[in-house]
Amino acid sequence: MHNKTVAELSKGLAAGEYSSVELTQHFLTRIAEQDTTINSFITVCENEALSEAKAADEKISAGDATPWTGIPFAHKDIFCTQGVKTSCGSKMLDNFIPPYDATVTSNFKQQGAVCLGKTNMDEFAMGSSNESSYYGKVTNPWGENLVPGGSSGGSAAAVAARLTPAATATDTGGSIRQPSALCGVTGLKPTYGRVSRYGMIAFASSLDQGGPIARTAEDAAMMLNVMASYDKRDSTCIEREVPDYTSTLNNSIEGMNIGLPKEFFSDKLDAKMQQQVQNAVKEIEKLGANIKEISLPHTELSVPAYYIIAPAECSANLSRFDGVRYGHRCDNPKDLEDLYMRSRTEGFGDEVKRRILVGAYALSAGFYDAYYRKAQQVRRLIKNDFTSAFKDVDLIIGPTTPSPAFGFNSKGADPTAMYLEDIFTISTNLAGLPGMSIPGGMVNGLPVGLQLIGNYFDESRLLNVSHQFQKVTDWHNKTPTNCR
Amino acid sequence: MQWETVIGLEIHAQLTTQSKIFSGSSTTFGADANTQASAVDLAMPGTLPVPNEEAFRKAIMFGLAIDADINKRSVFDRKNYFYPDLPKGYQTTQLDHPIVGAGHVEIQLKDGSKKSIRIHHAHLEEDAGKSLHEDFHGMSGIDLNRAGTPLIEIVTEPDMNTAEEAVAFARKLHGLVSSIGICDGEMSQGSLRFDVNISIRPVGEEKLGTRTETKNLNSFRFMEKAIAHEVERQIELIEDGGEVKQETRLYDGDKDISRSMRSKEEANDYRYFPCPDLLPVVFDDSYIEAIRETLPELPDVKQARFIEQLGLSEYDAGILSAENTMANFFEATAKTCNDSKLAANWIMGELSARLNSEDKSISNIDLKAEQLGSLISRIKDGTVSSSGAKKVFDALWIGEDDNVDKIIEAKGLKQVSDTGALEAIVDEVLAGMTDQIEQYKSADDKKRKKLMGGFMGPLMKASKGQGNPKLFNQILAKKLNS
Repeated sequence: MHNKTVAELSKGLAAGEYSSVELTQHFLTRIAEQDTTINSFITVCENEALSEAKAADEKISAGDATPWTGIPFAHKDIFCTQGVKTSCGSKMLDNFIPPYDATVTSNFKQQGAVCLGKTNMDEFAMGSSNESSYYGKVTNPWGENLVPGGSSGGSAAAVAARLTPAATATDTGGSIRQPSALCGVTGLKPTYGRVSRYGMIAFASSLDQGGPIARTAEDAAMMLNVMASYDKRDSTCIEREVPDYTSTLNNSIEGMNIGLPKEFFSDKLDAKMQQQVQNAVKEIEKLGANIKEISLPHTELSVPAYYIIAPAECSANLSRFDGVRYGHRCDNPKDLEDLYMRSRTEGFGDEVKRRILVGAYALSAGFYDAYYRKAQQVRRLIKNDFTSAFKDVDLIIGPTTPSPAFGFNSKGADPTAMYLEDIFTISTNLAGLPGMSIPGGMVNGLPVGLQLIGNYFDESRLLNVSHQFQKVTDWHNKTPTNCR
Repeated sequence: MQWETVIGLEIHAQLTTQSKIFSGSSTTFGADANTQASAVDLAMPGTLPVPNEEAFRKAIMFGLAIDADINKRSVFDRKNYFYPDLPKGYQTTQLDHPIVGAGHVEIQLKDGSKKSIRIHHAHLEEDAGKSLHEDFHGMSGIDLNRAGTPLIEIVTEPDMNTAEEAVAFARKLHGLVSSIGICDGEMSQGSLRFDVNISIRPVGEEKLGTRTETKNLNSFRFMEKAIAHEVERQIELIEDGGEVKQETRLYDGDKDISRSMRSKEEANDYRYFPCPDLLPVVFDDSYIEAIRETLPELPDVKQARFIEQLGLSEYDAGILSAENTMANFFEATAKTCNDSKLAANWIMGELSARLNSEDKSISNIDLKAEQLGSLISRIKDGTVSSSGAKKVFDALWIGEDDNVDKIIEAKGLKQVSDTGALEAIVDEVLAGMTDQIEQYKSADDKKRKKLMGGFMGPLMKASKGQGNPKLFNQILAKKLNS
């Protein structure tokens, strides 16, 4: 059962081949057996999941089911879930049980989906290796010494290990696409404003976007059908009709113009990776697409611009974690300053502190123009790069990451080496564009991510091309040996 | 040395919206602590602000009322600092793109002179909660009911030079915001809060002196005292060879002392940056014009109308038009008695004195304009004398009865205006005052006038105070001069 896709499980439930309770129990058992080594879940909602599954079964037998009714899935522990701990991977929120649901959470509840639990993540979504989680590192199912990527490492690893058919995730600079690439699964970061951020704990508000991680493009389309909605509670959410993303999966891609940015195929890209990506591009060409080289000249500036803007926003977003109203509070504070200092010192990990410091510095009097304003100007240039590229092409394709999964502690000493992991993904966040990573090859037995970048609100096209690619390739069906 | 005082004000006005500026919580004052604080107001993780259109409308109304430019693109910024009553750790406010640009307000001083005070800008922002430092056994309590209440912060140019000007401006602004209905003006509840920036410089000097800011003055009286106190402090400081430090000061109005709250060095670096959770808000001309249509008659326009159409003096018209509640009371009174001047006299005199002595405002008294109007009518038609009317006023004030005629009747204040009855009294009284009559008759005109008064006392006494003095006078004159 765990090797089936969401689309297949949905049919199986409808046909009565198994009940949601059986399905849910199957995945709960797998999590109990396998997640001790992978550590992809922070919280497993065994009782809640089984009662949701029971309710789903009743709906199914009453003929009242949606495609998601009774389907088990998992939430990244950044989405608030009423009555269930939402930690954001931090000690700061280890005791936090939200009295409300994120919009994404309630969208899934309305569909009758079954939440298996909350997945592990880099603390406050800050990291590219999942090593910064207060709940311990997540192991990449493809190798016990390898990172799963981050920050949605728990979601990607859980899907790769077949512990859940799909999981929600968030992407601020690559946090959906990079772990999807490193774990060999399919992940989509939608256009900024497509998925409500309400109840999704903020890292960098102008960049954060929720999206799906699944096995296939078809499943990702099914996920996005639920996740995308207009929400008045998020002022940056865009009021725009949500199409049925599954309805265009089988469109022909013949004649589609696809651009390969030369900056993505530079010496920053591992040579073997380069080969795999080129092979994948050839497959897409065979499906009738026209391939041409394009340029995104400011790509290299995306990492420095991002590492000003994201920390600046996070330095303010994380001020609310002050030990006053909820979350970690130090013992016996002697005065207000002591309460703030110790609660935050104890509650936050190193990477979070580093980014708060960088952000506060970049915004401080006398430095604002040199850092924050300049970074915003660069952001505009990067956006313009894409705008002019999309005058010539319908879609941009390249690698998701410079290299396949790397080892634990390999980039720990130098934070900037870790930051460069996001060189190919960050620019889409800065521009607010949709981006997707799908399995596109293997290097040394490890998955290679193929990245697709679309124009604003062109998620359907990303999913369409990915689905067509997955129909003629088998990379997305590769499963780590221990997880079959 | 002669010193010149330079004063600028910063005013925080709470806008009278039903709900908060970025959440759906109620803004009603005085509810139990933390009962009007939603997940958004508590800054729970993942919650987001949603702007309240009504706050923008009210801010624009203010801008139109002071003849200011409305910035069509309004941007919110985050002002970062830590305090327990600031749940997000930043205040959402406006720095570079405030909703209201430069405008001006005319003030009138007691000597009748006028002055225009320039407004630098006014911006929208959210109020903080309240920290409560008593009753928590060494700890502090936090009440977040106020957190997120919409405010406009109005910043003037340093255009005022005396406490009188500053207070006149503050009163004018108070009248303006309450008249157009954007703020309830309840200073004791913190709805309108004044911070005063004060500096001094030698007369004739161009360069401004170092200023101090005195915060949160919640009455006009304290504001006047605080300015006098601070000016004196600065002069003494400089004349003793010291210098004024740029700092924020707290003034204790009851003790007439002030102390430093924080110096410039201790001031926060607020690390302002545009709030990424809120997109810039853009207005078009038609939106602004539609709001202009909803503006009520402004106090200045009302004052001109009171002068031109009702014949009031400029001073009376200014006071009666300053606040809507007062203006409405006046107009209703005048309408009932059909005499604007008498209505103005009674409101400026008896009623104002009573309001002052009991520290009340026109909106929280029992007396109705219609009652005062019918009382004035009864004076005019001779039913009650002026002195009798004051007794009726007292009765109305304490709510003894709500009907003027019933009070006049019950208190026996009805004047006798029956000429026959009055003549009989005059005859009777004059019969016992032959000496005085002789004296009167032999006096010259000038003296006669004075002597007339001597007859009035006994006449009023004989009529038990109910005789119409005017008629008594006429009858008396006729009898004595015959």
